[in-house]
Amino acid sequence: MLARKCVRALDYNCNLYYLFLYQKHYNENVFLTLISSAGRLDGKMREKTLTMDTLNPQVKAVEYAVRGPIVIKAGEIERYLEEGGTKPFSEVIKANIGDAHAMGQQPITFLRQVVALCTFPELMDSPSFPEDAKWRARRILQGCGGHSLGSYSASPGVECIRKDIAAYIEQRDEGVPSDWENIYLTTGASDGIMTILRLLVSGKDSSRTGVMIPIPQYPLYSAAISEMDAVQVNYYLDEDNCWALDINELHRAHQAAKQHCQPRVICIINPGNPTGQVQSKKCIEEVLHFAYEENLFVMSDEVYQDNVYAPDCQFHSFKKVLYEMGPEYFSSVELVSFHSTSKGYTGECGFRGGYMEVINMDPEVKAQLVKLLSVRLCPPLAGQAAMDVIVNPPQPEEHTFKQFHQEKSSVLGALAEKAKLTEQILNAVPGIKCNPVQGAMYAFPRIFIPPKAVEEAKALGMQPDMLYCLRLLEETGICVVPGSGFGQKDRTYHFRMTILPSIEKLNVLLGKVRDFHIRFLKEYSGLE
Amino acid sequence: FIKMLSNRTVSVLKWGRCEAYTAVYPKVPDRVLNFSPLPSLSSPNRNLSAFPAQVYMSENGALPRLGKVLTADTMNANVKKVDYAVRGPIVQRAVQIEKELKEGVKKPFEEVIKANIGDAHAMGQRPITFFRQVMALCTYPLLLDDNKFPEDVKNRARRILQSCGGNSIGAYTTSQGIDCVRHDVANYIQRRDGGIPSDPDNIYLTTGASDGIVTILKLLNTGEGRTRTGVMISIPQYPLYSASIAELGAVQVNYYLNEEKCWSLDISELQRSLQAAREHCNPSVLCIINPGNPTGQVQSRQCIEDVIQFAAKENLFLMADEVYQDNVYAEGCEFHSFKKVLFEMGPEYSSKVELASFHSTSKCYMGECGFRGGYMEVINMDPEVKAQLTKLVSVRLCPPAPGQALMDLVVNSPQPGEPSHQTFMKERTAILSALAEKAKLTEQILNTVPGISCNPVQGAMYSFPRITLPERSINEAKAKGQAPDMFYCMKLLEETGICLVPGSGFGQREGTYHFRMTILPPTDKLKTLLNKLKEFHQKFTQQYS
Repeated sequence: MLARKCVRALDYNCNLYYLFLYQKHYNENVFLTLISSAGRLDGKMREKTLTMDTLNPQVKAVEYAVRGPIVIKAGEIERYLEEGGTKPFSEVIKANIGDAHAMGQQPITFLRQVVALCTFPELMDSPSFPEDAKWRARRILQGCGGHSLGSYSASPGVECIRKDIAAYIEQRDEGVPSDWENIYLTTGASDGIMTILRLLVSGKDSSRTGVMIPIPQYPLYSAAISEMDAVQVNYYLDEDNCWALDINELHRAHQAAKQHCQPRVICIINPGNPTGQVQSKKCIEEVLHFAYEENLFVMSDEVYQDNVYAPDCQFHSFKKVLYEMGPEYFSSVELVSFHSTSKGYTGECGFRGGYMEVINMDPEVKAQLVKLLSVRLCPPLAGQAAMDVIVNPPQPEEHTFKQFHQEKSSVLGALAEKAKLTEQILNAVPGIKCNPVQGAMYAFPRIFIPPKAVEEAKALGMQPDMLYCLRLLEETGICVVPGSGFGQKDRTYHFRMTILPSIEKLNVLLGKVRDFHIRFLKEYSGLE
Repeated sequence: FIKMLSNRTVSVLKWGRCEAYTAVYPKVPDRVLNFSPLPSLSSPNRNLSAFPAQVYMSENGALPRLGKVLTADTMNANVKKVDYAVRGPIVQRAVQIEKELKEGVKKPFEEVIKANIGDAHAMGQRPITFFRQVMALCTYPLLLDDNKFPEDVKNRARRILQSCGGNSIGAYTTSQGIDCVRHDVANYIQRRDGGIPSDPDNIYLTTGASDGIVTILKLLNTGEGRTRTGVMISIPQYPLYSASIAELGAVQVNYYLNEEKCWSLDISELQRSLQAAREHCNPSVLCIINPGNPTGQVQSRQCIEDVIQFAAKENLFLMADEVYQDNVYAEGCEFHSFKKVLFEMGPEYSSKVELASFHSTSKCYMGECGFRGGYMEVINMDPEVKAQLTKLVSVRLCPPAPGQALMDLVVNSPQPGEPSHQTFMKERTAILSALAEKAKLTEQILNTVPGISCNPVQGAMYSFPRITLPERSINEAKAKGQAPDMFYCMKLLEETGICLVPGSGFGQREGTYHFRMTILPPTDKLKTLLNKLKEFHQKFTQQYS
């Protein structure tokens, strides 16, 4: 037993190299003298210009667990297996990231047809493409310089696509007006979120911008906040109440933050990532009222708006709720909401398509926003085209409607089934407790980790759930992300797994998680 | 409708002193909130309790909002300092004029000619057929069964798809870029540089070259006050550099290109600029654009060697923007990559000088700007820093997969013997020779205009002629608070529909004035443009003399 542990500890030391790069509190200087390549040039010492010492400290502070050390390790194991190495499993199952196509989901035919036509317009003559797809492609190309997807678009995006998005929002929100000039296409939602935060971050010390984010959160937020050196203000979601947002907790977090920064932004992810809850309308009203009272800029991340599975839940956009609260609110609360091609039923992550709608933004600031976007020229055109198809899908009277509708429902139906399945199987495991996956693409179960395992992790300088996930990966090939990468209440442990693998694979995966968990508990509870 | 609202909504409605909700709520004016009685909101430290409570509290005790959270006063000050002339006020005006023309407003011209931006397709250049065929197959793999597409097209598409997650271009790629694309890029560099090895681990795919440049600058940006990172950039420069430096709050360190010597780079000027900068910051990066944007010069091998030596001696990180590497037109000029020269200088340099070089799908003969494809190669980067770079790019997940696929085709184009080779070569050559012709034409016609002098356009896609402006026009511009060449370009736009970018947007020696124009319009249109420009310049000079 002892010997086994030693071997395992050695194994972890290898992993530690990766962890090492991500940890905040290690002795940089010792390491630096070991590895920095120093030499002599013209009789003068030449050291590297860019070292860990001279690197932008904000970059150092950035952490992004979804592609962190555990994923790097998973990649290594995959290569090892490819090269003929043996492991107690035959493949790595990546349940770490919301990447539907990588998990075998098929693209929506109609979307790809339109984008292919835009890419190679000679296909307009091909009888194998439907007319509905052709006219959409023609329309998009007419909005492009030189009728080519290869020209730059205006920095806020192709005009006709912005108009389609505004029309889509108006329809989604049952008539609440949407002005196309408030729509900005983005390079995935991440790009939009970063851009808006960039505008908002200012001040020094106690006047430095504080950004309120849910805990657990999607680590893009914490990473962006670190990179911009803003102040992260945590508000905790209520795990016992299905990860609901509690307005009293917002007040507490805000009060506490005011001591050392100036909280100016509140970020909401609805449906929740990694927590999968869907916010009730009442809760959204409370958040908006809170933002109104406390003068907060609202950022609502609504990329999972089509991913609602629980029968008693419904997606409500912040924009619509704000409108229904009356002109006093609708004309004053500054709100930006984000959407993307990467989630929903399309899962087109690779296209990096997305948009944001900005409401009540000061016109001068809007001009600054446009200027800032223009430095990067424009979001990728193929992504903009994909976004257009999502907001302007086939209508019932169109030929392609049936196939489109069938593909869409089958993807969403399967997701709903997998959400249910995941929750059920996980809740049957002693020491795992999983809230219902009401929406989005993830389960974020709480796991009990025995004190002995916690101690062992601490001795290795890693988070207990990181130890858990690393061992899960090593022993089963399943790659999930430790809860510590998203934030969690002290001394609680979780992991995030996607519900995206096919039903068969998901069943296998959940079975393996169950077996592993039981083994893990036994081993560290001394029951062996 | 009250029934539709929850109790909570109703009470919220009561808190706000709003009138009854009407189903068709009129569109809200842009800024409804004008709390003029409030003291200045400019202080970032707004203290709510500073205001007499009874005045600003509503009946039930809720505090009313104090106006916008995000205003020109409270926003990130660095963002305000960002300037990007290539899409600045002149371009916004051009777009407006286009709309006016559409609406039937009479103008002394029929169309706006946008010579402000290196956007080849927008100027009518056709995409390379092979590229678009492969991209269409990657997007819609059912076409792999279509016998209309040649085998080499299908092979490329299959290969790219095989290295995508789930064989779909819709999957995220690794943050550094698709594995096989990075290998192809490394092979391409190795071929281009006569066999000097290139390691795929040093290749990072990017969202256009701009993204890579900003990312590397971000890593380098550190320090406070006198230790703040200084970034040496050429003047004139491509304004992405000045914009990113401003956004990051780094220090811009100018070195001037020598206009009299065909915009060449002068080492003594580098030395001067560095010395001066060391008084107030820590210059640690040197950016080079070769072939030059906006200045069109192509650096000699000797000059590159001198720059590398200088960087080695002064401990500077080198950033080589080589996105125009296929755009060399002048006889006697040749593109030399910084990487190649560095390695030819021997291990003393090649094992030490830190270099990042950038390439893109947007320029050269392909002009595929909209795909936002690009890559960078990093040489001699500290391994720990490289891990940090990988981490940083992972936050944005990945560059667009179609742009990566396109980059792959650029570095792995049809080879002799493959079915698409002939067409590909024909298209490529046609584009590059048309550009060479237009480069010559532009220089020639501009140099016939008294008061305009234009260096040869040796490479890239722009001419950057110097214009002599009459004193009176300079004074008039200054009175309007405009840069004199902005005044000139604005007038040119209003009178002829030609959209150029004033030299002040790129930087220039004080008292000199320029504009940047692309050489991209089709030859006929370019001739018209140049003649209009000629007439305008003569009229302008007369009017203000």
